[in-house]
Amino acid sequence: MTGDGLEVSLEGRVGSLALAAAIDIPARGVTALIGPSGCGKTSLLRCIAGFRRLAGRVAFRGEVWQDEARFVPPHRRPIGYVFQEASLFPHLSVRGNLAFALKRADPAAGPPSHGLDELVELLGLAPLLGRGVAQLSGGERQRVAIARAIATQPRLLVMDEPVSSLDPDGKAEVLARLEKVTAALQAPMIYVSHDRAEVTRLADRVLTMAAGQVRSAEPPPQPPRDAAALDALSTEEVRRLALAALKAGLRPD
Amino acid sequence: MWDAVWLTAKLASVTTAILIVLATPLAWWLSRKGSWLREVVAAIAAMPIVLPPTVLGFYLLVALGPQSPLMAPLHPFGVRTLAFTFWGLVIGSVIYSLPFAVQPLRAAFEAVGARPLEVAASLRASPLDAFLSVELPLAQRGFFTAAILVFAHTVGEFGVVLMIGGAIPKQTEVLSIKIYEFVDASQYASAHLIAAGMLVFAFVVVLAMLLVGRGLGRLQP
Repeated sequence: MTGDGLEVSLEGRVGSLALAAAIDIPARGVTALIGPSGCGKTSLLRCIAGFRRLAGRVAFRGEVWQDEARFVPPHRRPIGYVFQEASLFPHLSVRGNLAFALKRADPAAGPPSHGLDELVELLGLAPLLGRGVAQLSGGERQRVAIARAIATQPRLLVMDEPVSSLDPDGKAEVLARLEKVTAALQAPMIYVSHDRAEVTRLADRVLTMAAGQVRSAEPPPQPPRDAAALDALSTEEVRRLALAALKAGLRPD
Repeated sequence: MWDAVWLTAKLASVTTAILIVLATPLAWWLSRKGSWLREVVAAIAAMPIVLPPTVLGFYLLVALGPQSPLMAPLHPFGVRTLAFTFWGLVIGSVIYSLPFAVQPLRAAFEAVGARPLEVAASLRASPLDAFLSVELPLAQRGFFTAAILVFAHTVGEFGVVLMIGGAIPKQTEVLSIKIYEFVDASQYASAHLIAAGMLVFAFVVVLAMLLVGRGLGRLQP
């Protein structure tokens, strides 16, 4: 365990699903968590954010959020959370929603690196600021929700299928903005999706979840240095090497 | 007669204010998912709907009377009984109208659901902050309904008042008692006046409830 990223080892039941996660997410870049609907992705995110408690340990940059002895409540975890469906406060305007988060950003985290003006610019919200939440399209809502999550100056950003409930136009609109967000953001991001094609543009690495199980990928196999070493490999090892090469983007000539 | 109008308005206002404060945490606790204990408590809180007001009034008369052990802690302050006093009426009204505050508030909190509070927590709002800045505004329709219902229900109360309040002018002689007395004394003209006033009041209350129910959602930004 390196201790500078997010370490999660959790186990327990969520409804009828047996969830077991052993993952280690680096402190930079976008980690995509993909898997079919109902495989436990959202439940895992909720455990990381502290909305739900399963047995195990969660630590971020050496700071323990959960172990046998302690459980840091969600509002004390420096996470920005983007929910799958529109989660904007209907009693506040777009500006009010952003102000809600900016006002509560942790002052101990230093001066905000993303103030209102930067967020408006980054997610293209200028024409929306004065509007009520009910007057926004699905894509606009998610853009505001993303800006609001970043407004808390999070040290970890998690997104739970932020575009899966949007129509194709809304999806394209939000994904285009997300690419700018990932470029501008210092904090690491976990991006949950059931659609592998969607994450290829965003993710630096991919974790696959199935039936409640997920673990960090083992390091890729090292290719042999010379012909003698290659000859010594078993068929199974050669198969793994070929697969890793394909995944890395090499094409057989 | 204006004494009775003023007294009735005062009783209903004080009762409404106390009940909103008391019923909010209770209704919120009841609105969370969980144990069967909540349903037991919900049933107890709803009992005044089913109970005859005279039964409630009788128990209150005993509980607030000079012989009651519940009154003992007040003896050093020179208070021997709350029966036949204004504050006795307030206590009776608070208990009698409790369900009319708890039910709409519980329904409103349930309609808001758990998600907005989670969102607020993800934006660093402490539980109390989230409750005040998110849950309360989102449940405001329930508060309007609860306040209107409690006020109107207290104005219309008769049995409980008769049992624990009697008819002491300026202290416990509210409008519904006044009508009864006028009829008893065959002063039908005065009884008509109050009864017609109550009729108009009831119409305004129901109209206000309907407007709150239909309109408030649209007034929000």
